[in-house]
Amino acid sequence: MRVRAKRALALCGLALFPVMSMADWTMNMSPGVTQTSNDIYGLHMTILWICVVIGVVVFGVMFWSIFAHRKSRGHKPANFHENTTVEVLWTIIPLVILVAMAIPATVTLIDMYDTTEADVDIKITGYQWKWKYDYLDDEFGYFSSLSTPRDQINNRQTKGENYLLEVDNPLVVPVGQKVRLLMTANDVIHSWWVPEFGLKKDAIPGFINEAWIRVDTPGTYRGQCTELCGKDHGFMPIVVEAVPQAEYQTWIGEQRAAAEKEKELTQKEWTMAELMERGEKSYQSTCAACHQADGSGLPPSFPALRGSAIAVGDIAGHIDIVVNGKRGTAMQAFGEQLNEADIAAIITYERNAWGNNVGDMVTPKEIFDYKIQQQQ
Amino acid sequence: MSTVADAHTSEHSLEQNHDHHGPAKGWTRWLFTTNHKDIGTMYLIFSFTMFLLGGTMAMVIRAELFQPGLQIVQPEFFNQLTTMHGLIMVFGAVMPAFVGLANWMLPLMIGAPDMALPRMNNWSFWLLPCSFLILVSTLFMDGGGPNFGWTFYAPLSTTYGPPSTTYFIFALHIAGASSIMGAMNVIATILNMRAPGMTLMKMPLFVWTWLITAFLLLAVMPVLAGVLTMMLMDINFGTSFFDASGGGDPVLFQHIFWFFGHPEVYIMILPAFGAISHIVPAFSRKPLFGHASMVYATCAIALLSFLVWAHHMFTVGIPVAGQLFFMYATLLIAVPTGVKVFNWVATMFRGSMTFEAPMLFAIAFIILFTVGGFSGLMLAIAPADFQYHDTYFVVAHFHYVLVPGAIFGIFASAYFWLPKWTGYMYDETLAKTHFWLSFVGMNLAFFPMHFLGLAGMPRRIPDYALQFADFNMVSSIGAFLFGATQLLFLFIVVKCARGGGEPAAANPWDGAEGLEWTVPSPAPYHTFSTPPEVR
Repeated sequence: MRVRAKRALALCGLALFPVMSMADWTMNMSPGVTQTSNDIYGLHMTILWICVVIGVVVFGVMFWSIFAHRKSRGHKPANFHENTTVEVLWTIIPLVILVAMAIPATVTLIDMYDTTEADVDIKITGYQWKWKYDYLDDEFGYFSSLSTPRDQINNRQTKGENYLLEVDNPLVVPVGQKVRLLMTANDVIHSWWVPEFGLKKDAIPGFINEAWIRVDTPGTYRGQCTELCGKDHGFMPIVVEAVPQAEYQTWIGEQRAAAEKEKELTQKEWTMAELMERGEKSYQSTCAACHQADGSGLPPSFPALRGSAIAVGDIAGHIDIVVNGKRGTAMQAFGEQLNEADIAAIITYERNAWGNNVGDMVTPKEIFDYKIQQQQ
Repeated sequence: MSTVADAHTSEHSLEQNHDHHGPAKGWTRWLFTTNHKDIGTMYLIFSFTMFLLGGTMAMVIRAELFQPGLQIVQPEFFNQLTTMHGLIMVFGAVMPAFVGLANWMLPLMIGAPDMALPRMNNWSFWLLPCSFLILVSTLFMDGGGPNFGWTFYAPLSTTYGPPSTTYFIFALHIAGASSIMGAMNVIATILNMRAPGMTLMKMPLFVWTWLITAFLLLAVMPVLAGVLTMMLMDINFGTSFFDASGGGDPVLFQHIFWFFGHPEVYIMILPAFGAISHIVPAFSRKPLFGHASMVYATCAIALLSFLVWAHHMFTVGIPVAGQLFFMYATLLIAVPTGVKVFNWVATMFRGSMTFEAPMLFAIAFIILFTVGGFSGLMLAIAPADFQYHDTYFVVAHFHYVLVPGAIFGIFASAYFWLPKWTGYMYDETLAKTHFWLSFVGMNLAFFPMHFLGLAGMPRRIPDYALQFADFNMVSSIGAFLFGATQLLFLFIVVKCARGGGEPAAANPWDGAEGLEWTVPSPAPYHTFSTPPEVR
């Protein structure tokens, strides 16, 4: 019996080992890498110590009473029940402490709200469940979504070092420059938080919130969405790469060139096989969170696409719902989010995957024409 | 006070001659009862049932969070669990428990024969099971139950909510109506039915805190009803109160919700303040220090609670002036709250203390509620809140004010008044075991959450990064211990109610004072048919 128990324990330990070995016992806030986060850390430690001191004094008196003034030690109760001096004193003293605390907090807050004179402007848009970063000065943008494989989440694979805190395309910012972040959302409220920057701001549909960062140390910084935004709220991390100015400029150049290339994709002649291949990739990153990798969906909120009336029906209806979304539901208007090539590829894929075999295909040009026609 | 007791005993023996003065026979007694004691009992049983249901959900949540990765539930259902856990604990467990205590104790404390509006009292209770039947049934509906958090922020709860959201709205409307009726009844009872000689400033603190709570309820439950109705319109009738694409404003939802929500958190704690203010003097054998300043402090807290709602919204991007106003107002609440804690400590100071279960829970209440108050103070510092907001630090904070705050307050009250309700003493050894296991389990469950939040773990996530694994496991173990321990409470109460202890005297506690201890234990079905005289 004992041997078996030991063996079970060892097995448990072994199963837990990879997790335990990577975990740590961090107990406090990180001071972070920006001036703001350092200021916040200072405020946090000050107020924490004030609380500790008050706690020690108040609970000290209480525990001393509990120890000394107990019936079992024969202590006879006193009968006082009022003392104006004491009561005034313990109203005034906390008030003074609070005022002392409020002053540095006010200074920090006003500094955090000063978003003027920024060197770089980046628009951050929250989507269910990914982020979009638009570099407003350089006219390109891209989506950033979780890159942790599903198998790690479902415990079929050993979890990597940055489990749930890794993305396909990180946000890139230059070090030493004031970067203004303009936040909004496309569907529900999200919140963009990178603890090391001391920055958390809600991304709200219909609003544009402003915030700013200036990162002085190059490096990779990780954060997460902190406003409950639906099913995959826990699966939309944030990764920021802070790189030196020269490297940043090179990266910007590459991104602009890539954006140009993307535009050319619309004019290219596509084959069915190419569309299916691209479609599968784009479907997995854009559509699978709701409609599932095998098209089975999560009815009734997220309908199945396998054998659905739209996916195997009239092609115009299919294009319409993908480009324009469906009002009042979680189905977004992807016409603004994806380029023509991806929309065409996804539609083609949906019509010809998982047993759907309509056999037809849509080309990026047709999507382009459809969009133009809609604008008129 | 002895004359009061005598007058009452003779009046009581008179009563027993009339059969129709006792409780009705059979189950209709409970359906049709207008007796404040019966209704109080039903509220307390309902509340404990909901506590176990909401607690079971918490156990599943902690089991899922025991290790990183998805093991037990999928994210969709996880979100339903966190939402339902919050809604059930707030509206089903804590609030009804305090209404139950109010029903039982307010008439006894002010020397009234019953609540002022007995039929409405029955109605406001029976609305609750209806409301929660509807709410819980949404879990079995197509698309599942509410999955947008107990704060149901729009547009996640409107445009993006599951089809069952309309049922959720209906259920909360009914619960709100029940609360409003309960509050009206409390106000009418306290203002009109006090025994001759009991002036407002002579009222016991539990009565005072409930009077203030009732006014808070009257003020904010209609606001909740308003926001729910706006949601209903957005979902079903094509309006766009909270839909930006139709010209609406998602932030408006949060302003209205927290205008209700912040006073709501005081609704859940003020009655506990009152009960603790009875228990600490009783077991210190010394009068409450600063009775008047306790009353003023409670009033100050209640008034300030209307001016701080946006501290829940520091990250939504309100202008810096607003941010500063709400930070200062929030810091200000620490002053009257501090006064209360200092008064309790001063009451214990130079007393003659014993440590029966009610006192243990009361002392734990004072310490741990203060810990929750400290983290509240930290959260009030707006710049620091950017780091704490929506992380496990907040989860730790509000569980510290609600579990060892509201819930320990309820346990303390239950043990304190059980002898009066049942006529028997509860099993002290078991009750102390219940206390220590709860105390250890609760701290093990919730204290590590502070560390998790500071280390950067967001709340309301079904899975987390690996650096959070250790403390989550500790927290889950603590939660299981705390959860399992509550079955012991059920056993202790059932044992006591079935007469498994010493018969209790009219006043089983050395230092307890007040009219409720002048009637026999168990309190007869009708008490104070003739009002006692208070000098």
